[in-house]
Amino acid sequence: MTAAMIDIQNVSRAFDMLRAVDDVSLSIGEGEIVGIVGTNGSGKTTLLNLITGYLQPTSGRVVFQGTDITGLGPRRTTALGLARSFQTPQLYTGLTVLDNVLIAIAVHSGRSADFWMPMYRSDRVSKAYELLARFGLGDQAARSVSKLPEGGRKVLDVALSVILEPKVLLMDEPTSGVSARDKFSVMDTLMSALKKHRVTTIFVEHDLEIMERYAERAVVFDAGKIIADGPVADLLARPEVRRAVLGED
Amino acid sequence: MNILPIIVIDGITFASWLFLVSVGITFIFGVLRILNVAHGSLYAIGAYLGATLILQFAGHDQRSWITLPLLLLAAIAVGLTLGPLIERVFLRRVYGQDEVIGLLTTFALFLILEDVVRLIWGIEPYLVEGPFRLFGRVRMGGIAFAGYPFLLTGVATVAGLLLWFIIHHTSFGRQVTCVINDREMAGALGINVPRIDLMAFALGTFLAALGGAFTAPMMSVEPGMGVSVLVLAFAVVAIGGLGSIGGAALGCILVGLARAAAVQLFPEIELFVIYALMVAVLLWRPQGLFGTIELRKL
Amino acid sequence: MIATATRSRLASGAIAAFAVIALLPLLLSDWVVFLVALALAKGVVVLGVVLLLRGGLIPFGQALYFAIGAYTVGFLANRFGIGEALVALPLAIVISALVAAALGLLLTRFRGIYFAMLSLALSMILYTVLIKFYDFSGGTDGLSVRGFALAGVTPAHPGLVQYYLVLVLTAAVVYVGARFIASPLGYLMQAVRYNEIRIEYLGASAGRAILASYVISGAISGLGGALVAYLIGHVSPDLAFWVSSGDFVFVAVLGGTSSVFAPLVGSIAFEFVKNYALKFSPHTWQLTLGVFLLLVIYFQPQGLWTLLTHPRARPR
Repeated sequence: MTAAMIDIQNVSRAFDMLRAVDDVSLSIGEGEIVGIVGTNGSGKTTLLNLITGYLQPTSGRVVFQGTDITGLGPRRTTALGLARSFQTPQLYTGLTVLDNVLIAIAVHSGRSADFWMPMYRSDRVSKAYELLARFGLGDQAARSVSKLPEGGRKVLDVALSVILEPKVLLMDEPTSGVSARDKFSVMDTLMSALKKHRVTTIFVEHDLEIMERYAERAVVFDAGKIIADGPVADLLARPEVRRAVLGED
Repeated sequence: MNILPIIVIDGITFASWLFLVSVGITFIFGVLRILNVAHGSLYAIGAYLGATLILQFAGHDQRSWITLPLLLLAAIAVGLTLGPLIERVFLRRVYGQDEVIGLLTTFALFLILEDVVRLIWGIEPYLVEGPFRLFGRVRMGGIAFAGYPFLLTGVATVAGLLLWFIIHHTSFGRQVTCVINDREMAGALGINVPRIDLMAFALGTFLAALGGAFTAPMMSVEPGMGVSVLVLAFAVVAIGGLGSIGGAALGCILVGLARAAAVQLFPEIELFVIYALMVAVLLWRPQGLFGTIELRKL
Repeated sequence: MIATATRSRLASGAIAAFAVIALLPLLLSDWVVFLVALALAKGVVVLGVVLLLRGGLIPFGQALYFAIGAYTVGFLANRFGIGEALVALPLAIVISALVAAALGLLLTRFRGIYFAMLSLALSMILYTVLIKFYDFSGGTDGLSVRGFALAGVTPAHPGLVQYYLVLVLTAAVVYVGARFIASPLGYLMQAVRYNEIRIEYLGASAGRAILASYVISGAISGLGGALVAYLIGHVSPDLAFWVSSGDFVFVAVLGGTSSVFAPLVGSIAFEFVKNYALKFSPHTWQLTLGVFLLLVIYFQPQGLWTLLTHPRARPR
């Protein structure tokens, strides 16, 4: 059996009396595309926070390619090859779309300590424009992020995580807020690129249509526990799964 | 001569003065999330007004008991007038912005009030030692202490207890606690947040002025007195954790004892010890003893 | 981001301005020349403040490095008889940078109010040390700074030589500052202000970016202090007093953080207004400052500089 890319072992996280994540174990292999579903508050985002170390688990371990990364924190886990996008986009709101991308590119190429050479270098800038075009944000480059509509911000957030050329990409509701027209075009381009580079992808989704179309494996969360884990088509056909996901919405 | 009792008593009385002088800042920060630099000026105005009232109404015999209610009156007057005025006119428009903006706004108010004080009261010092001499000297274990600082300890204790009572046992206090914990939620729950803000700031102003008024008999009331107090108050409040009254009390006790020890043992480092303590505490706990770190929700 | 057309306009405007300033001694009195030099030297310190303001941090203790730089010059001149600027100035920069690196390790763990207060406390520690240890620092009397020399030459008109020295060094610092602002680190500092979480999730360290900025900021503030020490010919503890820091922050906020020239322009305006206002009405000087600051905060939070460069931009 090949070593898992991400191995979550009996991870729990409690907030006072609430068990947000309750003794969860999950093993994900390289190149897998896993969709995580569940109602609001079932622990999905908390799980992503725990994997990347933004939150410390109250018990359990997170292992990445054989290395224990439990609680290492976002900076170290990102440096190891995990990247993440957020439910509420985390962007530099006072800067332009282009600047947001440039900063990500500069950091990824190791230039974050450079205080002498200009940020606006032609190779860096063309790479930025290329990325923006791929995500359909090309014409928004000069716009301040604060002026960007919600969907654009979501897409930019995802784009920033992709720039990092991660081994594992974690996405939290990548299409929420994105218009129906753009949803599929963005996801099509994104997912085919991720597949091509065998990036292990884990995304949290509410939209079952997106799940069915892009995920290979589904993991269903309910009240902090995994209640189902298997191929997408099978799982989403099961009535108790549909009830758990849609029932209380 | 055993210096331990001296250190303890000096420490406690200094701590009481510190508490009286700094609790207003931490309270206002807890509710409004603004560091009130103008606190130094409000302290000074309390002192000046207290001195003025004493000279007006107890001028010929400052050693009478009437001076004490006069000092209290001065503090109340400042709290009821300047507090609401500042909050409503100057602060209200900067809520919700960068906390840097709040700091700069109160800094601007501080600059303005410093000159206002000079314009109203001039630059000559005011001396109102009457109340201080009223309490004479107290003998404890063969050592003579000034009596007035014990009054301050009493006032500080009463103020602290009153504050505690207000926060835990009145409807106003419960609403304030709610606002401190979660401003948005408090509004959603139907609490009149702007009114709470106003009252909290008025209360904080009163506390600042109270500290100033009761300090007036201990030292000459002169321009710039707010400046030195401000930095001390910052240090104490940072140690205790911004927004925590209990933390401020503990911070005051620590600083009071440390300073008293320094005065007895190494007088040269008296001033230094307070800042050094602040740096040491923050090194160990960046948010202060009872402060909280807020993790942004992702 | 200022558009390219505006940038080249600014660059030529800056060169013109420097040319004018270089010719000032021919046109104006010694006193005005002195004031301009003083303003520029302090403007350098303000630029240090601006570098940190861009990251959303208010350094309320910049006077610490201002004083360190000034007292370096003071000690060398007064205690060791060394007035040679080419020795003292680099030393002032190095010492300030080293202290900033050491203190920065502590300070950069903090943000917002705590950063401001802690940096204030550190500068006040220096202040109390300078006051208490008379044999070391001259106490409240301070130290006189005599014997200014440049490259071994003791000039007949030290004021004039100092003026041009300040001009040249200010231009150099402005250049360094401009490169910094346009660099990846400069942009990262702006990012720190808006979203540290994102920075961490890119794999970068906000703390390290802030530390680097803090060291550069401390170094140039030290240079500013050293220059002021020569200009005034005297150093005293109130260089480290928090009111001194407050002045720097005030000018930084007034000028705004979007350009390297804003601190200089702001500083010149500040020194001149202060000088004449103090003579005219000493008890309304702070009042005026406070009112002005409030006006900027309420109506033009990006500072007055944007009024000059984007006259049609509406305030947010």
